[in-house]
Amino acid sequence: MRDVAIIGVGCTKFGEMWERSFRDLFVEAGLNALEDAGTRGEDIEALYVGNMSAGKFIDQEHIGALIADYAGLAGSLHIPSTRVEAACASGGLALRDGVMAVASGLHDIVIAAGVEKMTDVETGVTIDALASAADREWEGFMGATFPGLYAMMARLHMHKYGTTREQLATVAVKNHHNATMNPKAQYRKEITIDDVINSPLVADPLRVYDCSPITDGAAAVVLAPAELARKLNDTPIYVRASAQASDTITLHDRRDITTLDATVYAAKRAYEMAGISPKDVDVAEVHDCFTIAEICAIEDLGFVQKGDGGPATEEGITALDGEIPINPSGGLKACGHPVGATGIKQAIEIAEQLRGDVRERQVNGAEIGLTHNVGGTGGTAVVHILSVNKR
Amino acid sequence: MAVARLWRHIPARYNLIGTECQICGGLYFPPRTTCPTCRRDGKIIERKFKGTGEVVTYTIIYSASSTFRRQTPYVLAIIRLDEGPQLTGQIVCNPDETKIGMKVRPIFRKLGEDGSSGIIYYGTKFTPLREASK
Repeated sequence: MRDVAIIGVGCTKFGEMWERSFRDLFVEAGLNALEDAGTRGEDIEALYVGNMSAGKFIDQEHIGALIADYAGLAGSLHIPSTRVEAACASGGLALRDGVMAVASGLHDIVIAAGVEKMTDVETGVTIDALASAADREWEGFMGATFPGLYAMMARLHMHKYGTTREQLATVAVKNHHNATMNPKAQYRKEITIDDVINSPLVADPLRVYDCSPITDGAAAVVLAPAELARKLNDTPIYVRASAQASDTITLHDRRDITTLDATVYAAKRAYEMAGISPKDVDVAEVHDCFTIAEICAIEDLGFVQKGDGGPATEEGITALDGEIPINPSGGLKACGHPVGATGIKQAIEIAEQLRGDVRERQVNGAEIGLTHNVGGTGGTAVVHILSVNKR
Repeated sequence: MAVARLWRHIPARYNLIGTECQICGGLYFPPRTTCPTCRRDGKIIERKFKGTGEVVTYTIIYSASSTFRRQTPYVLAIIRLDEGPQLTGQIVCNPDETKIGMKVRPIFRKLGEDGSSGIIYYGTKFTPLREASK
């Protein structure tokens, strides 16, 4: 297998973008990534697009062709374009597919991207579309919502480990703080613990400020084999590991409701592939679709012991100046969560952190970064490890 | 929703009929056609569950999809059946009395409907098991 590098990144602003369409968003992210890489459409050999639910959000399927067409890669160049879907992990999976295509030698330069346009339908439809990331017949049909499932994880985590309401809120406060320094973020506003614990209940114990928002956005990266990357770009970021794992689709069938085994296994495989351990990671973007999700993620990725996620967050080890800064972009919580785009945005944040490009929110001296993208309540997890060094 | 999609789940949703693997003894609800432990070597037969069990964890849903919006707030839980398998279902009770470890029993209830003139669908919900109701 060949070593693979990210040679260009592009991301739209995240938010409620009433004036922009699905196509507009994607094209902007793709063009920015090509410009950043110093490559042209003619150089691209394949396109992998993460998208969860265009069928429900904009009543449109066949996203691969649509995007290739509007990116100018279909009509004359006829570039192969593939949509990849794993609910909220669609973006991470698109990245992994792109990495595999380059690593295998099948293609040289490819684009891995993600896009979601969520605000063209009313909120009830959005809630229902997101619930399809869980088991429709045996969770959704019984009245389970997506926040409801994570709320059940939160309740049990609090019961088993003594995690407090305030510790959950600390995740949101930290991520909002980080987002104030990210011009692409949906919410660039500080919040307090009181704001979180007094916000309206969504699914007890989770409240509005525990939840990631409904977001429009797109993100794209350009990938190339390492031997080409240096010639094309001064600061290639190497993909040291790309790993994925599955688990039961329903939360109730898990070995442990408070552990995402898909995360545990994807992380284990990624650390092995990169030849590192969790303590070698300098910065990470993790899947904080809800505050409890970040607590579970830092435990399941091995940054802290199981059950210590709450106190560790409260002590500030995951803050920007902490031992292991988590979600410097603001995470899904405050940067926003256009589901299909999130996995790619995470890789962009880490690539920019490693390049030293993110100014105020820069984690000083970061050389190894990790991204963690989850589909559903943990039916899929994708972990990538990026580094400034090839080996 | 198509009638067939609801109809084929009637045994499981109304009567909690799941499956058992005769090779490893594994019990599964909802029913599976392949044993996830034995895979090709498994032998699957029907198995009815009593429906009594206890609350593993729960939430109170305040913000629901269009189908369930009129029922909010409602209690949703993961329940461990006495025989072992776990499932997700609603508990009909005062939200304040819900507790982890609470014993429950099954009740047959309307679950939802396809709009104002669509199919009404039914299934199993749960209610606290009290001495008097045994």
